Amino acid sequence: SVHVIGLMGNNSARFLAQLTLRPLSSPPPKMQSDDVIWSVINHQFCSYKVKTTTQNFCRNEYNVTGLCNRASCPLANSRYATVREKEGVLYLCVKTIERAHSPANMWERIKLSNNYAKALEQIDQELQHWPNFTIHKCKQRVTKITQYLIKMRRLKLRQEPKLIGVKKKLDRREATRERKALSAAHLERSIEKELIERLKSKSYGDAPLNVNESVWQAILDREKAGKEKDTEEDLDLMDDETDEEDEDELEEEMEDFGDNEFVSDFSDEDDDEDEESDEESNAVRRGVLSLRLRTDLPFFALQTSDEESSEEESDAAETKLGKRRPKAGPSKKRVEKKPRSKFSIPFSIHTVLT
Amino acid sequence: MPPTRFEPSQIKNKHKREQILQKIRKVKTQAKLQKRLALAKAEANDPEAKKKRLAENVPRTLDNMREFDPSIMTADPSSSNQAEGSTSAEAIQNEQAADISTDPFASYFTTDDPSIPPKVLITTSFKASKTTYEFCDELVGIFPGAEFRRRKKGKGFEMGRIAGWAADRGYKHLMVVNEDMKKPNAITLVYLPNGPTAYFKLTSVELTQQIFGHARATPHYPELILNGFVTRLGHCVGRMFQTTFPPLPEFAGRQVVTLHNQRDFIFFRRHRYAFRSEEKVSLQEIGPRFTLKLRWIKKNIPAVYNLGESPAALTIEKDDEEDAPVEESENKEEASEEQPTRKKTIPPKQDEYLWQWKSELETTRRTFFL
Repeated sequence: SVHVIGLMGNNSARFLAQLTLRPLSSPPPKMQSDDVIWSVINHQFCSYKVKTTTQNFCRNEYNVTGLCNRASCPLANSRYATVREKEGVLYLCVKTIERAHSPANMWERIKLSNNYAKALEQIDQELQHWPNFTIHKCKQRVTKITQYLIKMRRLKLRQEPKLIGVKKKLDRREATRERKALSAAHLERSIEKELIERLKSKSYGDAPLNVNESVWQAILDREKAGKEKDTEEDLDLMDDETDEEDEDELEEEMEDFGDNEFVSDFSDEDDDEDEESDEESNAVRRGVLSLRLRTDLPFFALQTSDEESSEEESDAAETKLGKRRPKAGPSKKRVEKKPRSKFSIPFSIHTVLT
Repeated sequence: MPPTRFEPSQIKNKHKREQILQKIRKVKTQAKLQKRLALAKAEANDPEAKKKRLAENVPRTLDNMREFDPSIMTADPSSSNQAEGSTSAEAIQNEQAADISTDPFASYFTTDDPSIPPKVLITTSFKASKTTYEFCDELVGIFPGAEFRRRKKGKGFEMGRIAGWAADRGYKHLMVVNEDMKKPNAITLVYLPNGPTAYFKLTSVELTQQIFGHARATPHYPELILNGFVTRLGHCVGRMFQTTFPPLPEFAGRQVVTLHNQRDFIFFRRHRYAFRSEEKVSLQEIGPRFTLKLRWIKKNIPAVYNLGESPAALTIEKDDEEDAPVEESENKEEASEEQPTRKKTIPPKQDEYLWQWKSELETTRRTFFL
């Protein structure tokens, strides 16, 4: 090819001269198929190639850098080395031309030491006369892998917040159900009903702080009118009333709260046992605790009016509680009288302090 | 010729077909309307008839067609349906007695001074955002004994450990507002010191500012309304909320906090009320509104997995039983004298779930758990 140089210009002569000199990084003369492979991979199709707007990546597991380059491609280089990690152990994987014909035995795995410094030395030893690019990249990979293994070990010891998947279908379903439940709840109505019941059943005591004078008077008047009606019907009731007003104990019986239902069946039963010892505080506590847990019992048909339901519940409460304690008076009369007589212990501050 | 019916759907011309159908529809709706008006007129004079009609035509809703749950608490359990003979009155009373003795909320109902509000510690998940902090501000306003602290990150700041510290410092509750995608999405309510932990999904949060015509909250202790907690589990949850508020409300403040359970959704509302007459009360909404849905309940405070903990040192058991207790008691006395009165609440190593929501539990539309 000497006569060719004479015909061409200076630049082309320089180019041809460089070709003959052959730097170390170029592929050995026998495997010029490396170039062929690369030209195919690069220009036509490579299944490991991932293209992005700025860069190309290589998804091949044996790639040192992860980028799609001429020097990084494990397919287009017959002499190649990587570092891979399996179950926390680092291996130096080396590929040489001699084994290129048998893919099953192509990669030689050399186990690297657990000691970071020793691993680097090992790489230097094994890849002694290899190009600097390969050695450098393998060492970088060793560093990165050891770093992430350290981090994984630390994370295992910590308690990380548990990640839960977002279930779109579930969220959508529950949102609809919530909407329907809200419209079925009739919140304001139920709150108003509850408050009116508490007012009427005297849960706020004798002189409640949360009511208008006129409204409270109206309620008391209505109650008096109710009582007078009762007294007209049955004179015996009067005696019962006076008896009750004298005896504090009766007022603390559960039957007083026939219109209310109890929250904490359990703690209230505790209170009942200590009743005789500490009447006042118990009454306060009981009055305080007369939060009504409304139980929309499905087994009762829909009530047409609240009064009936409360009567039924009071009946139920009385029949249950009657087992535990002897009643002071006949149950019928108690049921007829709706608004109970007042507590002897109103909700004023001075009683709480005592 | 006998009259044959010519179906409007057989008309091929769309415009004509539509016309005819509209006419038919109009006639039908008019007939229905006239019927309803006539009925309304008749019932205006006769309320008894209306009552009768309503009583006969009770609509079936999910709430009154609810699936039977044996854990529904009724006033008189012996009268309810008994599938087997095992649930006798005695057995029920034994159960109730057992419940009373193992009641985790007993301390709330036996306090000396019911006007002290229970202390609640409110915090968030790590690295919360502005919306969550705003919501926590509102929460601090709701609970009279509430305090807010920012959550720190790291190994020693797990929820179980924080619960332990809070319990030692006299807090009664720990409330952790969890955040996802810059929005609060869950609340974990821990009853201290040993109490159950409940995790609720939080939805439909509307802050005070967003509510049109909202009232202003005052520092009075609110009244409490707990509606719709029917089953045993519901009772537990209802009482858990009850314990976050002071036992003795200040009625002068006329504020009421409602936790209404409907179909397993707990709606939180806060109102200011005024009695206008015997039968009427007007409500003005204060404060935030949100909805909670129970996801699970654990028995104790949240666990702290101490992974990487070195195993306990080996101890050799002594053979002589007489000497050992004497020595131990001596050691204990010395130790108790040295230590101050601060206890150390240690979170458990493992979680124990009392109840967990699973989609397969909802076999029908009518199954509810609270």
